[in-house]
Amino acid sequence: MPIFEVDNLHLHYLTRFKDRIHAVSGVSFAMEKGEVFGIAGESGCGKSTLVNGCMGLFIPPLYPTSGEVRVAGESIMGRTPDDVRRNVLGRKVAMIPQGAFNSLNPTRKIKDLAADMIASHENGANRSEIYERLRERFARIGMQADTVLNAFPIELTAGMRQRCVIAISTLLDPQMVIADEPTSALDVTTQKSVIRMIFDLLDKGIFSTMIFITHELPLLRHVAGRIAVMYAGQFVEVGTTEQVVFDPRHPYTQALMGAMLSAEPGQKQKKPVAIEGAPPNLALPIHGCRFAERCPVARADCVSTEQEIRTVAGREVRCAYAE
Amino acid sequence: MPNEKPVFSAAGVSRVFGHGKKAVTALDNVSFHIADQEIVSLVGGSGCGKSVLAKIMLGLITPTAGQFLYRGNPIGDAREHWREVQPVFQDPFSCFNQFFSIRSQLKASFGILNTRPSRREMEERVDHALRAVNIEPPEIEGKYPFELSGGQMQRMLLARIFALRPRVLIADEPTSMVDACVRANILDYLMKLKEELGMTIVFITHDIGLAYYVSDRIFIMHHGRIVEHGPPDRVTMHPENEHTVKLLDDIPSIHKDWLSRTNVSRKPGAVH
Repeated sequence: MPIFEVDNLHLHYLTRFKDRIHAVSGVSFAMEKGEVFGIAGESGCGKSTLVNGCMGLFIPPLYPTSGEVRVAGESIMGRTPDDVRRNVLGRKVAMIPQGAFNSLNPTRKIKDLAADMIASHENGANRSEIYERLRERFARIGMQADTVLNAFPIELTAGMRQRCVIAISTLLDPQMVIADEPTSALDVTTQKSVIRMIFDLLDKGIFSTMIFITHELPLLRHVAGRIAVMYAGQFVEVGTTEQVVFDPRHPYTQALMGAMLSAEPGQKQKKPVAIEGAPPNLALPIHGCRFAERCPVARADCVSTEQEIRTVAGREVRCAYAE
Repeated sequence: MPNEKPVFSAAGVSRVFGHGKKAVTALDNVSFHIADQEIVSLVGGSGCGKSVLAKIMLGLITPTAGQFLYRGNPIGDAREHWREVQPVFQDPFSCFNQFFSIRSQLKASFGILNTRPSRREMEERVDHALRAVNIEPPEIEGKYPFELSGGQMQRMLLARIFALRPRVLIADEPTSMVDACVRANILDYLMKLKEELGMTIVFITHDIGLAYYVSDRIFIMHHGRIVEHGPPDRVTMHPENEHTVKLLDDIPSIHKDWLSRTNVSRKPGAVH
């Protein structure tokens, strides 16, 4: 049985004028235990909305339209935000956010932030026992427990703060971890050390299953086993890392790869190509392929025909001309 | 009029913050010249002093030791300096005032100039600048900063540069907040600025890959020092300094091994 399932999930935001913005429309995937699943896409494609959906955390103006999210076969939909925080987050699903500085209360020490997290899930836990557990855990994952736990967030470097956030998120051994751009605010050297820590936690069995969200396809190539490329609220291509990165079939994935750059011999002539235009307005009903307007190889019927996801060359592609 | 004097010349520039036991040396005895119409990239990790150097170039802070000259003269009046040297920062949302429309702020930026253009010329220059960054003027008519996406806002900052046409642009991590597609766009605009307006550009980044694409020369910084400099091909193909090697290694590239995990499990699952 898959440990995590998303079944035809539709999510929308309700605006002040009662317009519905369909940020996620029809996303489905399933993950086995031990899998790292990468989701890539440009800003505003619905990645972060999908994360909220995967946690079952619906804070207005975000509402679920339809669909189901299951952790180990149990649905986590239809709960109040408070119930989600108490019973889903931390144990079932843990989230690693992007900005480590915004996630840590600057007026409290790391050990208090971590202890609050445990105390909110375990009624009547003894504070000094919790501190002892924290010390053990931080030492086990290779952090200098005493220095880090007694520090205020401002005393730590950005990379260290992000590592603390990861350590705190995974304190209760979650079944599932969702990392939403955990390294985009960091420089390349720090990024590498944070990724190394995530790998380390995976190897030590602190958690085993992860969704990793980023807009850097080259990074996903090293982190994920399977990659989904998201565009305008839908998955447009899902396949193994090798398939998606080295042999992309959807025009959008190809364009994303074209926009990448790398400092390698002979690459300077290959200019990164920006994708012109903007994604469609998700508040309006969309007919036809969502990428048609920006697609370099669009044909006449692309604008009018809705594209269904189908299997091409061993992976799932939402394009009628992917061959 | 070609200027023979270097745009920026630094001789033994240092900057120390704090004093006594708490003194932090952000820049340590840095010397360089930047020629007219050159694109120079400052590359280094967080805390290497690259932004401090940018602020010195903008005249926002002064060096504690050494000599820093702009076209042969020390930086005196800041307003005078900003007529020729303009920045693009990392976070466009903190650069614009939330309470005024974008267009009015673009027009207000002409206030820095010695002679304010006429009202009609101002409108024309703003329209032209917006088209230069691929935004049709009606798209942002009457809009406020929070109504635009991050990529659009970053382009607004660049539109400001197209409108003001300074002689020198200091771009401090202009691409670190935006995704890969927009990043390629912004690099295009930087090249356009150099080609069309003959601007000198100082490009600050932690990604040596980006620097490789845009620059004529790369300075690698580490702990407040410039540890290596040279043309991009030389620096990226034959790095001499260990910090350069590390910066190159740390970029995740699709073609080479980056960080391998021992027991990676890649189980296929049902997906549609």
